[in-house]
Amino acid sequence: MTEIGHARLRSEDTRLITGRTRWTDNLTPAGTLHVAYLRSPHAHARIDNVDVEAAKRRPNVVAVLSGKDLAEEQGALPCAWQVTEDMKLPAHPPMAVDEVRYAGEPVACVVARDRYSAVDALEDIDVDYTPLPPVVDMEQAVQEGADLVHSDMGTNASYTWVFEQGDLDAAMRDAPVVLERRFVQQRLIPTAMEPRAVLCEPDGSGPTMDFTLHSATQIPHILRLMLSVVTEIPEHRIRVVAPDVGGGFGSKLQVYGEEVLALLLARRLGRPVKWTESRSEGNMAAHHGRDQIQKVTLAADRDGIIKGLKVELLADMGAYLMLVTPGVPLLGAFMFNGIYKMDAYSFTCTGVFTNKTPTDAYRGAGRPEATFAIERLMDELAAELGVDPIEVRRRNWIRHEEFPYDTIAGLTYDTGNYEAATEKALALFEYDKLRAEQKDRRERRDPVQLGIGVSTYTEMCGLAPSRVLGSLSYGAGGWEHASVRVLPSGKVEVVTGSSAHGQGHETAWAQIASDRLGVPFEDVKVLHGDTAVSPKGMDTYGSRSLAVGGVALYRACDKVVEKAKAIAAHLLEASEDDLDFGGGRFSVRGVEAAGLSIQEVSQAAFAAHDLPEGVEPTLDSDVTHDPDNFSFPHGTHLCAVEVDTETGFTKIREYVAVDDVGTVVNPMIVEGQVHGGLAQGIAQALYEEAVYDADGNLTTTTMADYLLPSAADLPHFTTDRTETPAAGNPLGVKGVGEAGTIASTPAVVNAIVDALRPSGVRDVPMPCTPERVWTALREGGAR
Amino acid sequence: MPRIRVEVDGETYEDDVEPRLLLVHYLRERLGKVGTPVGCDTTNCGACTVLLDGLSVKSCSVLAVQADGLPVTTVEGLSLDGTGDHPLQQAFHRAHALQCGYCTPGMIMASLDLLRDNPDPSEQEVREGLEGNLCRCTGYQNIVRAVRSAATEMRGREVTS
Repeated sequence: MTEIGHARLRSEDTRLITGRTRWTDNLTPAGTLHVAYLRSPHAHARIDNVDVEAAKRRPNVVAVLSGKDLAEEQGALPCAWQVTEDMKLPAHPPMAVDEVRYAGEPVACVVARDRYSAVDALEDIDVDYTPLPPVVDMEQAVQEGADLVHSDMGTNASYTWVFEQGDLDAAMRDAPVVLERRFVQQRLIPTAMEPRAVLCEPDGSGPTMDFTLHSATQIPHILRLMLSVVTEIPEHRIRVVAPDVGGGFGSKLQVYGEEVLALLLARRLGRPVKWTESRSEGNMAAHHGRDQIQKVTLAADRDGIIKGLKVELLADMGAYLMLVTPGVPLLGAFMFNGIYKMDAYSFTCTGVFTNKTPTDAYRGAGRPEATFAIERLMDELAAELGVDPIEVRRRNWIRHEEFPYDTIAGLTYDTGNYEAATEKALALFEYDKLRAEQKDRRERRDPVQLGIGVSTYTEMCGLAPSRVLGSLSYGAGGWEHASVRVLPSGKVEVVTGSSAHGQGHETAWAQIASDRLGVPFEDVKVLHGDTAVSPKGMDTYGSRSLAVGGVALYRACDKVVEKAKAIAAHLLEASEDDLDFGGGRFSVRGVEAAGLSIQEVSQAAFAAHDLPEGVEPTLDSDVTHDPDNFSFPHGTHLCAVEVDTETGFTKIREYVAVDDVGTVVNPMIVEGQVHGGLAQGIAQALYEEAVYDADGNLTTTTMADYLLPSAADLPHFTTDRTETPAAGNPLGVKGVGEAGTIASTPAVVNAIVDALRPSGVRDVPMPCTPERVWTALREGGAR
Repeated sequence: MPRIRVEVDGETYEDDVEPRLLLVHYLRERLGKVGTPVGCDTTNCGACTVLLDGLSVKSCSVLAVQADGLPVTTVEGLSLDGTGDHPLQQAFHRAHALQCGYCTPGMIMASLDLLRDNPDPSEQEVREGLEGNLCRCTGYQNIVRAVRSAATEMRGREVTS
């Protein structure tokens, strides 16, 4: 049986189901001190004084420090994405010194012998604040004379980024149908189940002090480099370990102040220091996602053929630009056109500072926002023309015979088959039957109306070709590293620069290696998430792990086989050309008995007694793979909702997702990724929103206020796949981490609007709570 | 400081604890039983669910002193020698009911309590029974599948034993 394509149960599970895990907070070396942070209760205020003396006198307290105490050494948190030359990039101290710019910003910290003593002592820190006017509304923030988040900048606009292609003015002028809509992508809190945690252990003293930093991070390699840049501690003296990490969804794709401060405190105190956030700290101070106001204008002819699309965005950056904050909305620039052909497109985005928690990547990062807008518009266009929403998409999408296709947004979609995915989804959904029921309910004026929502999405995965990142002024490349070591005993170690936190790399990577090397799955061990073990890497985000890291591994395996083949040929006294490799064995073509297993070759390579000229001992390889192109998963999602027009309550009745993620290594893991993605996308449509009051206080600081859906809130999903291999990599894989989230939000909202359209409703703002649905009905009905 | 005597996963511990010490912190920081994680500290997420005197509780919202004299079972004590061979643990593994695994200990312990109340729950009953346990990775579908499959397995065992 080949491993690739096999629903292999996960190797990771044993430790996770038994509680024998290594979450960062589980680790407490001898002498560990515990850190607690005092955080700003104000959205915007000047810090006049921080008095830490009383706190220092409390029992078990080792140190109490304010931002001022660390001002000389703490540096500024990095932003790796200078999206325009004139982008305003404010200094972002890990701990506030003179001014606080969002509620929850760290102001002082206590280091104590235990967690409780540290938190107790926060009570005794006395901070004098002078409140300043908070900037909480991004539309007002860019008005003339608005209060400023950063007074020295003279504006709240960080940057304006523009992309234009084709003659949009002509397209708009000549088009008989022009639809203009305003959509709001509400602010979301990523909410990985494991809160952030960091442990830093110093070793030695003085300038040669070494540090081992464990963190609940998605990016051990990037974090190490950035910590070194921020603190000026030499990079080779920092080792970063991401042990078991309990989910990320983008929130742990960050360089956090608390990580920098752990390093500084460990250096200062010469002892291990640990910090684990409470959930409310996390809600306030780990970065948020989404938060855009979208003005979108679609031009089409009377047949519904799209002529042009104009996108004008305001994107809330929050108070500071963090690691990739300014670039997140721009990832959407390449996706607003979706799977459709058009002649003209323009995209403008202004990044706006507000006195709120900084935003940054959240599952999908820019692509869900774009997909939402275009998929909502397609349903609006269908309604405007009185055409079925599937039909209007069919008239506009790239047909399967047109690939590779250069899109209006400048990408080349390598492969796809939107027709096949859609046909499969329609059949599973029983589309015609549900439409008939909808008609019936409408005619009966049933108080519970049925709505059907469509989302035919694509997205860009496999971040990213380094040259593309360079052209977008991103501060790093998009390659990934893998190495394969066939040990003397014939067992195999795979090292990957990708850093899993729930994705199942330890299983899927072993499947790839097992297949390519012809060794048993159980003989492969996958190592990751530790800069001392994995020498280089670009880590895990942007659905890149398999499409870039998996391909690096594929190539590294082939390189090992190539080396082994040279050795085998030498030992068998045969020509390499006469050797076949299959099932882990090199055999001489036509001489069945003559052959060597890869394990035997490994032993010979280790002993090195008799190697061919110029071949180095040991059987291993290294590959750093830089992709040529992105990969483009796509699919068709169909959602049926029942909306109670008397209460506004929405119930998802059917959800069908047919995704094409290319070749599948482990269908069980892929399906799991789709399920989880759907849950998060549906959650944006129906439940979740980070809410700030007029003073800039976050009012959704706990899980009682920020509504993660439970099992009882979500439906059973029907999932299936079509499989069009990616052309851009030898595995044919595309990526699946974000697809469900990207596709599902517009499917749900389209369904709700579809249910209510006869009542004059054209939109319901997210999250579509019963109250909002009810209000939309009242307003729609009044029109 | 009050002295408590608690039996955790079959071993008896006697400790002086601050009255305010949370059960989950007692387990994690005093006993080193770090298999039970903390996810939210407001009883919403259920990651810290353990059995206290046979009933599921969120150990972030129970004081260690409340456990005095009572048995506590954590995910670490669910199977013999921590091998993970309890039907619920196996069902979670086989149904791919976990991804990052952070919610898993609580999810398994809450499921155990659910199945004791209702040995043959419908899909909807599992969904409602686990409403107090949040998972951010799986979308719950495979968790529901795992719990129902474990239910079948556990019913079978009772009949035979």
